[in-house]
Amino acid sequence: MADTLAGPVPESPDSLPEFPMPRQARCPFDPPPALKDLQEKAPLTKVRLWDGSEPWLVTKYADQRALLGDPRVSADTDSPGYPTKASPEGGEGKLSFIMMDDPEHARLRRMVTAPFAIKRVEALRPAVQKIVDDLIDGMLGRPGPVDLVEEFALPIPSLVICELLGVPYDDHAFFQDNTKTMVHRDATPEQRGQASREVAGYLATLIGKRLAEPRDDLLSGIAGRVTAGEIDHRQATEMALLLLIAGHETTANMIALGTLALLQNPDQLALLRESDDPKFVAGAVEELLRYLHITHLGRRRAVTEDIEIGGRLVRAGEGVIMANEIANRDPEVFPDPDRLDLTRDARRHVAFGFGVHQCLGQPLARMELQVVYGTLYKRIPTLKLACALEDVRFKNDAFIYGVHELPVSW
Amino acid sequence: MKVELEADKCVASGQCVLAAMDVFDQDDDGIAILLADEPAVELLDDVKEAVAVCPAAAIRLVEQ
Repeated sequence: MADTLAGPVPESPDSLPEFPMPRQARCPFDPPPALKDLQEKAPLTKVRLWDGSEPWLVTKYADQRALLGDPRVSADTDSPGYPTKASPEGGEGKLSFIMMDDPEHARLRRMVTAPFAIKRVEALRPAVQKIVDDLIDGMLGRPGPVDLVEEFALPIPSLVICELLGVPYDDHAFFQDNTKTMVHRDATPEQRGQASREVAGYLATLIGKRLAEPRDDLLSGIAGRVTAGEIDHRQATEMALLLLIAGHETTANMIALGTLALLQNPDQLALLRESDDPKFVAGAVEELLRYLHITHLGRRRAVTEDIEIGGRLVRAGEGVIMANEIANRDPEVFPDPDRLDLTRDARRHVAFGFGVHQCLGQPLARMELQVVYGTLYKRIPTLKLACALEDVRFKNDAFIYGVHELPVSW
Repeated sequence: MKVELEADKCVASGQCVLAAMDVFDQDDDGIAILLADEPAVELLDDVKEAVAVCPAAAIRLVEQ
């Protein structure tokens, strides 16, 4: 295991560690051993990407928080030195404000913060509870095994975002089919592109309707910004599409991978199943977010002015990659970090990032996961994996980590 | 101890509300507002947590 990094960390440019690093097959929930090794021995070091570029890799929690909160660090993919994606797959297209810097980032982001306020999100909880209960009823009404990803984990964020955006119920099937294709593992890039255009066109039309007749939903809020002359119709559509995409894969993978992690830790699963305390469930969600760190290919930034950090000088025009999965396992912040412990206080994790770009949808994600984790195992107490752990296919190369499918029975 | 909030920096993550609901709330756009700038001693741990989890470093706790 991790023989290549057992010795001192290489200094010569020819032997820079390659990023991303492989996980260990028998520890599917743990970050690559090489990342742990770097965190101990060289918390700030250059790595080599697939395209030959050499950004810095930041593995310590404190360094990551400092850099992500530093205005001299840019999220604009056009900034000199911005590290290319961790694999040749997947385009680099700009996705609205998440790839911009302040003040434009802040201006656009503030237009869509209202629906993510805690009280507004809490008002959605009964609707989310009904979505989750209905999906469980659907699973229980059929003979097992079922694929939890397809039948439960993916539909939840899709149905929830429909509620939030204000997608009419009659259009659910069209909307869900296309969003499913947008994130489906077997879809070709052409099919994904086509589905994405279908949904964008649909959202543009719906925003047009809300321009004429505003309601109490997120699309009306965005349409209101068009009316006020703050953004144009195209920017409004891009923003709606960003909100739609951002919550899909992330929440779905947290549900499926989280369930698998709990099935592998039956003592922890029992705690969730037996607790009626919403505070405990909320804390368990934070610990699962910390432990699973599903955004596992690093947060990328470009440095725009020289910064001294961790005893090293990172120069303007150099790229930095924050390996947040290993920050969430930093023993200086989380004692015994590789243990899933639902009773620990994990609130300081960086699963949603840190700094001004920290996930906008986090209150919604938290609430969805609280409903799911607080419901599924109580309603199906005999839930079990319907295949061997070795046969579960993990998304090692995907931008968001998780499982391709999760056969379960009860 | 006094709580200081720079609302201009706030990115509406809502984390301060989750950490210390008696001290922080949000306006209609999700931007943090202070309910009490001199919170009771028993709330100080919650406020410290809010300071620690605020992604935008918009909250400070200062000695008076």
